[in-house]
Amino acid sequence: MSDFALQDSAVDSAAWSQRLASRTAGACVTFEGWVRDHNDGRAVQRLSYQAYAPLALAEGEAILADARRRFAIEQAYCVHRVGDLAIGDLAVWVGVSAGHRGPAFEACRFIIDEIKLRVPIWKNEFYADGESGWLHPDGSSVGG
Amino acid sequence: MKYRLLYFASLRDRSGCDAETVESAAADPRALFAEVASRHGWSLPMERLRVAINGAFCGWETALRDGDEIVFIPPVSGG
Repeated sequence: MSDFALQDSAVDSAAWSQRLASRTAGACVTFEGWVRDHNDGRAVQRLSYQAYAPLALAEGEAILADARRRFAIEQAYCVHRVGDLAIGDLAVWVGVSAGHRGPAFEACRFIIDEIKLRVPIWKNEFYADGESGWLHPDGSSVGG
Repeated sequence: MKYRLLYFASLRDRSGCDAETVESAAADPRALFAEVASRHGWSLPMERLRVAINGAFCGWETALRDGDEIVFIPPVSGG
């Protein structure tokens, strides 16, 4: 089981949390990203993620390695969904264990921020009005 | 030379396929992008994209070799 995973089925967050368990850790911080029913003022009905898997996995592992170097943590894991998701589904899970809460919070925040910035995964939102569009943040949203 | 191109997100939609093999004289990703973007009518400018060769990010002037797998990476939106 690798530390960063892409998966096209529901994420078992309890099983991932179990991997963080440690007698020397005094803190565990997890983050869950969920599918929200609206974005930018539009009603969202469902969404779909695409990933360039080989590069996404390498980039995800690199981010976790960065986090271990930068913060005093024990373990860090992340799993990201690909494929079709419904409102309320868990889209991304990040978990960090550490001796103390400070580094655990900081590392968890760092990991999710870097994932949104660097990992080649794309979100296609399907709206209530029948339109859909790939989000390419930084100005223009839908296009190609 | 022959290159394998993979397309994702809006570039895949615009191209109407998720991959194709192209014969091209383009020597680097910059030249190859110009060819492919014009043929498929992409509107995302190169400045907003990154490029990967054989599964690793690289520069736009990297020398291409026959058989390389090239992916133009649109701005990402995971998480």
